[in-house]
Amino acid sequence: MNDIKKTTEQLAFMSGAVTSRCMGCGKCTASCPAFDRMEYHPHQFVYMVETGRIDKLLASKSAFSCLTCFACVERCPRMVEPARLIEAVRLAVERQQGGNRLLPDDVPCVIDDDMPQQAVVAALRKFTK
Amino acid sequence: MKYDYYPGCTLKTKAKELDRCLRASAEALGIQLEELPEWQCCGGVYTTARDEIATKLSAVRALSAARDSTGTLVTVCAGCHNVLKRVNDDVKNDDYFNQRVNNYLLPEKPYLGETRVVHFLELLRDEVGFDEIKKRVVNPIGKKIAPYYGCLLLRPSSVMAFDDPENPTVLEKFVECIGGTPVVSPMRNECCGAYTTVSDPSAAAEYSGKIVDSCVKNGANLIITACPLCQYNLVKRDGRLPVVYFTELLAEALGVKE
Repeated sequence: MNDIKKTTEQLAFMSGAVTSRCMGCGKCTASCPAFDRMEYHPHQFVYMVETGRIDKLLASKSAFSCLTCFACVERCPRMVEPARLIEAVRLAVERQQGGNRLLPDDVPCVIDDDMPQQAVVAALRKFTK
Repeated sequence: MKYDYYPGCTLKTKAKELDRCLRASAEALGIQLEELPEWQCCGGVYTTARDEIATKLSAVRALSAARDSTGTLVTVCAGCHNVLKRVNDDVKNDDYFNQRVNNYLLPEKPYLGETRVVHFLELLRDEVGFDEIKKRVVNPIGKKIAPYYGCLLLRPSSVMAFDDPENPTVLEKFVECIGGTPVVSPMRNECCGAYTTVSDPSAAAEYSGKIVDSCVKNGANLIITACPLCQYNLVKRDGRLPVVYFTELLAEALGVKE
């Protein structure tokens, strides 16, 4: 893993999220439809980036459960924007060699005749770099 | 009323009814929609990272072409609407993004976010008016209809400015104006699972199941949506209630569906 400080700075730039604003109310996690599928929950993403413990986040699959539904961003009383931070973590993983979660070759096995193009394009955009 | 219209990829293939019924209804209501020539995929999904430039270029191309035409780009797919509106906001408000996009595309006149991106529902509400539509209804839809908004039309509300993000009403008013009874579900602005339907269908089934549950418990016969991906998830990953596009009911109510 690269320098933690540099990666943290990169996450802050990509996301624009200001983690120091967080007051730890947990409303983001309470709003998240996917929180139970995540090893680290949205409020923990914020805390772990704030305290420089991003190595665990980058090694976890948690970011791949995020739906980018923006419920956490909408409901955060401190405008921390957790979804942007989670997306930045996911991209930081995918931009590394071998970091892709879904490959174009995987797609024919998981689609059916009714699946909209929107789903396939969106999934590839979110899970592949 | 003449506008540029952006259908999007899914409307040409899996969601043809969303498109066809929109065109028929627009014609019946005197709205002139010109399909934007040579449009490309909007990008499918908006990437929030500020340094993601290439994934947003095709949206800028569409926005820029609409600026040089009528100045208003009408969308109907919730996915396309979310991407186009957010990318437009980035061009307008983020100099870092704006400069890179214009350097790459090198348009004759730099694109600065001038285009107005309007969802068809906003057009019906704000420019045609639901009272006006009500007068043209020939087949009132006498059903208990649960509007399902999902995420993409509403959030982030600071950019989308579509409706109240926690208590939206536009689809309920739409249902009333076509003669239906709106069934308000508290889950109507929660996520159906979106693109995880590709990577983890069980997740999408769980989220969609909670939404359909709530519609069933509140007595709905039917769910309406503006999003092909929501429609797919609610039907394919659950399936207890029929889910149709709001334009299908509009065309039916106006007597122009067939």
